[in-house]
Amino acid sequence: MNEVSNEAATKAQAIPALQTRPETEASQAKISMRDLDFYYGDNRALKSINLDFPERQVTGLIGPSGCGKSTLLRCLNRMYDLYPGQRATGEAMMDGENIISPNIDLNALRSRIGMVFQKPTPFPMTIYDNIAFGVKLHERLSKAQMDERVEWSLARAALWDEVKDRLNTPAGGLSGGQQQRLCIARSIAVRPEVMLFDEPTSALDPISTLKVEELIDELKRDFTIAIVTHNMQQAARCADRVAFFYLGEMVEVGTAAQMFTSPRETRTQQYITGRFS
Amino acid sequence: MPETAEHIVKSYENELIHLHDLVTGMGGMVESQVALACTAILQRDRAAATRATESDVKVDAREQEIEQYVIRLLALRQPVAQDLRRIVAALKSTGDLERIGDYAANVAKRSLVLEQFTMRYAATGLANMARLVQENLKRIIDAIGAHDAEQAMQVWRSDEAIDEIYNALFRELITYMMEDPRNITPCTHLLFIAKNLERIGDHATNIAETVYYAVTGTPLTEARPKGDTSVYAVIKPAGESGRQE
Amino acid sequence: MSTSILTTGHSGPAKDQAMARRLGERRKRTDRILLWLALLATLIGLAFLISILATLLWRGLAAMNLTVFTEVTRPPGSGGGLLNAIVGTLIQTGIGTLVGTPIGLLVGTYLAEYSQGTKLGGAVRFVSDILLSAPSILVGLFIYQLMVLPFGGFSGIAGAMALAVIVIPIVVRTTEDMLQLIPSTLREAAMALGAPKWKMVLLVCYPAVRPGLITGALLGVARIAGETAPLLFTSLGNLTWSTDLTQAMSSLPVTIYAYAGSPYEDWVDLAWTGALLITFGVLLINIIARYVLRQRR
Repeated sequence: MNEVSNEAATKAQAIPALQTRPETEASQAKISMRDLDFYYGDNRALKSINLDFPERQVTGLIGPSGCGKSTLLRCLNRMYDLYPGQRATGEAMMDGENIISPNIDLNALRSRIGMVFQKPTPFPMTIYDNIAFGVKLHERLSKAQMDERVEWSLARAALWDEVKDRLNTPAGGLSGGQQQRLCIARSIAVRPEVMLFDEPTSALDPISTLKVEELIDELKRDFTIAIVTHNMQQAARCADRVAFFYLGEMVEVGTAAQMFTSPRETRTQQYITGRFS
Repeated sequence: MPETAEHIVKSYENELIHLHDLVTGMGGMVESQVALACTAILQRDRAAATRATESDVKVDAREQEIEQYVIRLLALRQPVAQDLRRIVAALKSTGDLERIGDYAANVAKRSLVLEQFTMRYAATGLANMARLVQENLKRIIDAIGAHDAEQAMQVWRSDEAIDEIYNALFRELITYMMEDPRNITPCTHLLFIAKNLERIGDHATNIAETVYYAVTGTPLTEARPKGDTSVYAVIKPAGESGRQE
Repeated sequence: MSTSILTTGHSGPAKDQAMARRLGERRKRTDRILLWLALLATLIGLAFLISILATLLWRGLAAMNLTVFTEVTRPPGSGGGLLNAIVGTLIQTGIGTLVGTPIGLLVGTYLAEYSQGTKLGGAVRFVSDILLSAPSILVGLFIYQLMVLPFGGFSGIAGAMALAVIVIPIVVRTTEDMLQLIPSTLREAAMALGAPKWKMVLLVCYPAVRPGLITGALLGVARIAGETAPLLFTSLGNLTWSTDLTQAMSSLPVTIYAYAGSPYEDWVDLAWTGALLITFGVLLINIIARYVLRQRR
């Protein structure tokens, strides 16, 4: 009878709580949006957005097509500057500076806020040059330092082992999943503080998708991450906090656990359970 | 079933392991609770009885925790196949474990009452039953931990022995009660204790079915070997008999 | 009960099958007729092409020998080849390409990358397209007014400039088309890393369409190699050996023009040979252009 008790006692030891995703909202905001509006010409695509991206956490943006989630992301690295007729008003504060203001140095901003797009876009160069491209724009590194930076970026993007023997071959020869990880490595190489992912896995097969999700899990230790996804289940798997957008407005924001078990707003519940009309 | 490779997303893997630890931990808590309860009746150990009843609060809290964790896992990870079966099995098993804990607490409380009575009835039968029940419980909790369908099957089959002891005890206690009305109170308590132990055995069998399905993916469709004939112990049907709980 | 053909009993499946078959037959007949018409048209076109090439080969090869490449043009009856004409064409085409291609490249880049929706961009594109199909003799006349009259004489450099003006719209069109084929995501990816626009164009866009740009240049060369009219007003042609750009310069097309209409048989033969040389030179350039483009696919 005593041996039973001892074994049972071992099994009954207190289990420490597992923190894969923080349940509290205590983290500081890396990017803080207040009354952010966006216009495509006269069309108001984003309506008074108030949202924070907490530091070193993954914020997921979900919502039906055309709800403005990609638009929001592209505001933050000023992609809209490339296209006349698109403009933003309001505030998006990062470290005390307003991203939207016209006085911001765009190239410096984009070295601090990186973006990975839906379709993998390797440059028409070798793998090494792809990674070095971004770095050379902002830093002067010796050959040895550049080699190190390339290796570091590829390793963090979980691609180093697969390409270390062919760094000088064209990047176009990689598979889809590898190309996307190359794009991630390329963005990381510049050592940004924030990474924006715009539907990064919608062009990838399921296993590559999971690899990228695992990558995002690891990256959030060092970077603040925002991810836009059509696939709600991906937001459920990856994000610490989730914001639901509809027709240019942010309907609700909360922790992933709360949003997907008991959302507060009816519209959120309808969208998430697939009851949207 | 051989363990397959780790999940690509490590945080998911860690969450599954955490759930596993929570469940086996609860199993351990319940195991020791049952052990304490059995010690309480068989050795008239008042301290054991108190500890058994007090730990019930922790067991209930752990069940709540596991339930919330499972819902969270289902919402955020969309598990399929083996993962889904195991997660749902965890949910079901904690329900059974929590009931076992409740029965153990009940037994412990009744042992405190029994102390007032000097006569020791049915000690051997009860001791045997307690031993078997604890063995089965230990084996099934180990099976949960090791994802062992074989062990689960063995536990599933061995409930019959417990039921037979219960039948014998039932008849014995009825006899004592018919002998002397002063025996009725202690014997009734002993009856409930025996019944609780038998129910613990049944819940262990439930867990065995759940574990079997979780591991193999096919449910146990055979009729459960039940040996509980106490319903017909004194009087055949067409009449009232000793009431079941 | 509805009375559609599908449900009424007596006009059953048999009648519908017959109708369907007749329709099918008629369609097949029409199809065949059109096929034969198209083939006929192709054959007519091919016939012309083949007859031109055949005549060219027959008459051109007849007078082909080494002296064509070693002797300069001489008065009729004293032997002579086409050396100065060949060299003249090479020089003027070369300079014309070297001057016209970079200009065309930059204009094409401006149109594709920098002129989104602006009025200037629209105007430039319009003018370039007109220039593309402008009669080349007008170009010659323009350069005549600009570079021949003020300096008092025909010159090789004027010829080269006339050719450059013809090359420019060709390169503008191909550059702009190629650059517009680049997906905007590639541009955005470069900009998102913090690249200034000129670096994005130079380091990402140009390498991405390099084969297309090369093809554009080669097509320009192929076009101007055979241009005659502009050269008539600018470099005029020179029957002696001269590589002096400030003097009139010989060229194959002009020499052919001069020789073909003359009454001297050896000159006429040389004209055919010259025509053969130009034709196959242009053919070769086109083949190379296609090969380069296919390589990178």
